[in-house]
Amino acid sequence: MPRVSDLPRPSPERLLRQVQAEENKQWGAKLKIFLGYAPGVGKSYRMLDEARRRHERGEDVVVGAAQGQHSEEVQTILSKLESIPQLETTGGQAMDVENILRRAPQVCVVDPLAAQNPSGSRNAYRWQDVQELLRNGVSVLTSVNLLHVEEYKEKVQAITGRDTAETIPKSFLLSADDIVIVDVPTDLCLWRLGAQLTSIGISNYQERQLSELRELALLLTAEVVDAQLESYVQTHGIEPVFGTQERFLVCLTPSSNAAAMIESGKRNKERFQGELYVVYVRRDGVSRKESDRIEEYMELARQAGATTEILESENPVEAITEFARQKRITQIFISHGSHRNWRDLLFGDPILRLVRSTEGIDVRVFPR
Amino acid sequence: MPAAERSSRGNLKVYLGYAAGVGKTFQMLQDARDSAQQGTDVVVAYFEPHERPDTIAQVRGLDTVPHRQIQYRERTFEEMDTDAVLRRKPKIALVDELAHTNIPGSERPKRWEDVQVLLEAGIEVWTTMNVQHIESLNDEIWQITGIQVRETVPDWVVRQAAEIVAVDVTPEALLNRLKRGAVYKPEMVEKALAGFFKGSNLGALRELTLRQAAHEVELRQFAFDETSGFQVPTVSEARIGQTKAEVTKERILIHITSEPSTAMLIRRGRRVADYLQADCLALFVPTDLAAAEREAVEKHLRFARSLRIETHILAGKDVPQTVVDFARRNQITQIFVARSRSRLHERLLGKDYSQAIVRGAHDLQVTVVADRSRRQGL
Repeated sequence: MPRVSDLPRPSPERLLRQVQAEENKQWGAKLKIFLGYAPGVGKSYRMLDEARRRHERGEDVVVGAAQGQHSEEVQTILSKLESIPQLETTGGQAMDVENILRRAPQVCVVDPLAAQNPSGSRNAYRWQDVQELLRNGVSVLTSVNLLHVEEYKEKVQAITGRDTAETIPKSFLLSADDIVIVDVPTDLCLWRLGAQLTSIGISNYQERQLSELRELALLLTAEVVDAQLESYVQTHGIEPVFGTQERFLVCLTPSSNAAAMIESGKRNKERFQGELYVVYVRRDGVSRKESDRIEEYMELARQAGATTEILESENPVEAITEFARQKRITQIFISHGSHRNWRDLLFGDPILRLVRSTEGIDVRVFPR
Repeated sequence: MPAAERSSRGNLKVYLGYAAGVGKTFQMLQDARDSAQQGTDVVVAYFEPHERPDTIAQVRGLDTVPHRQIQYRERTFEEMDTDAVLRRKPKIALVDELAHTNIPGSERPKRWEDVQVLLEAGIEVWTTMNVQHIESLNDEIWQITGIQVRETVPDWVVRQAAEIVAVDVTPEALLNRLKRGAVYKPEMVEKALAGFFKGSNLGALRELTLRQAAHEVELRQFAFDETSGFQVPTVSEARIGQTKAEVTKERILIHITSEPSTAMLIRRGRRVADYLQADCLALFVPTDLAAAEREAVEKHLRFARSLRIETHILAGKDVPQTVVDFARRNQITQIFVARSRSRLHERLLGKDYSQAIVRGAHDLQVTVVADRSRRQGL
């Protein structure tokens, strides 16, 4: 087993997330989000069904906000749960946070999460109301549509043309204790929306758009799960988990064919929906010309969406191996060696030494 | 897959989960009840009750084809009665647990092969499986969980599915179900908590499932885009403003040997080829082999073909040189080789193939594939 001091240090963002999560946990309050890729996937139903089951198991559940139109099934569940009426103002409705806090239930249902409160409300957005409930020890079950995640707004708009002013920050999703994706086939979603269906697979433009949203929602959930996994690994002091997401590490030297390697890294990153790192190991006595060239390469890498880093070490193989382990890399890109000498023959050249020291990682060797 | 090719075949729908108890079967049955209520002819062709009361309740009211009883080593086992389902010829057949291996004496070794027969007869099949049963993920699963999954389904079987549904639940809820005894019998729970269900395994498997589902969804978009000519802004930025021809077509070559690590190599090569939409070939260059080694090579070639990899056998005195020459002649962009276990004297004698291929193919990309059976730091 590795010693805890060997383990990678947590990033400041994660520490902050942990602190926030722990603050909520002092009171045992938990945030659970049901994510859907479009209206009609059944988020509200899944969420309310869980609320009903918890209520039946003896938890104290109230409904703080519910959506306007409902199916019969949703109505049936709602009739079994206690509701706290929303505040009516001239500007519209808002969740009655004060009343909910006075009532102090264990669990509050908030549907939907993305809503703008009327001006003059205690919080501008409903997700801030939810934060207040959590801070006061009330667990929250809530639902959100991908369209309403701020960072995805533009993508969704580009795909569907739909826009919204009611958004929540992605960091709020990442802070959730639990996230569940409500995934249904696109044809079922279309059918529920009352659209015409033709054949199997993707049948028309609208379904193609929905499919794109579905992919985004699945990947967003995977990202949240990955963040949770990382914090679990950190708090339990266990080895990082390999292979859940493809992570590419491009190792450059001044004589690498950097353009080809970065381009390939970029394509792999996009195809695998993975992450891309580009590093250079600097040893003492690097010439000015060489460091200028490396700076050019790093700029190219950043333009390709890579995270870049310069490692200081006299032992490149060791430095790369350590970095790869910390970042849970699954593929390392390096360049073919330029020459061989007796030392390489006896001890193995740097490529082979790297191959030996990174057994759980693919090593891809590129032409110069 | 062109629609015409599939028109007479039944569609396949896969409910994909990350562990036993996430609710795959439950959701499949729930959807089936909805369809049955609208008058669709649905039958339960195979159902594994696992003594889960909630799930069993879902089957009530659905038409069922009785299982086939098979005697093996003085015990009775139940399998799907494929012939009976064919005779019954429903619109939709529900077949639980696609990755199941049939008991010896069954007509076909694997349940997914029975499912092919139903699909060919024009029956739509709904089925369930877990992410760890996908063949090309086998080594990643081993690396993550330390558990080697024996029952797998080739990727192309999953790929032919018209629809994949990710069945998602939080690990916390799953563990609660497990502890309540809703997934396994009480005597099994302890074992499950110490094995597959332990620590970070569930989170990692869940993430893999979501990524796999996203990938499957994207592949179906490619198929649609090629035939329809629609321009939809996509998740993958690589595809924006770029037609397929503009992206250099990758061609992957897998070097097959008698080494046990070859199986891992084949799975990884296939998976990378799928993601990069690359062609995938395999090459074996015969040398003097012992009988057991010959058998191993045969097995590897068969395995490669079962994953729809084009296999070649080529004579050559110098194995690494033959591989590299073949790669150059066939416009290969990437050669996949296994990590060798060679010693110093073997390296000096040039008996280390992967090392020699890396050295010889300085104008090509060579990927030395991870040994995923060796977990990092453990």
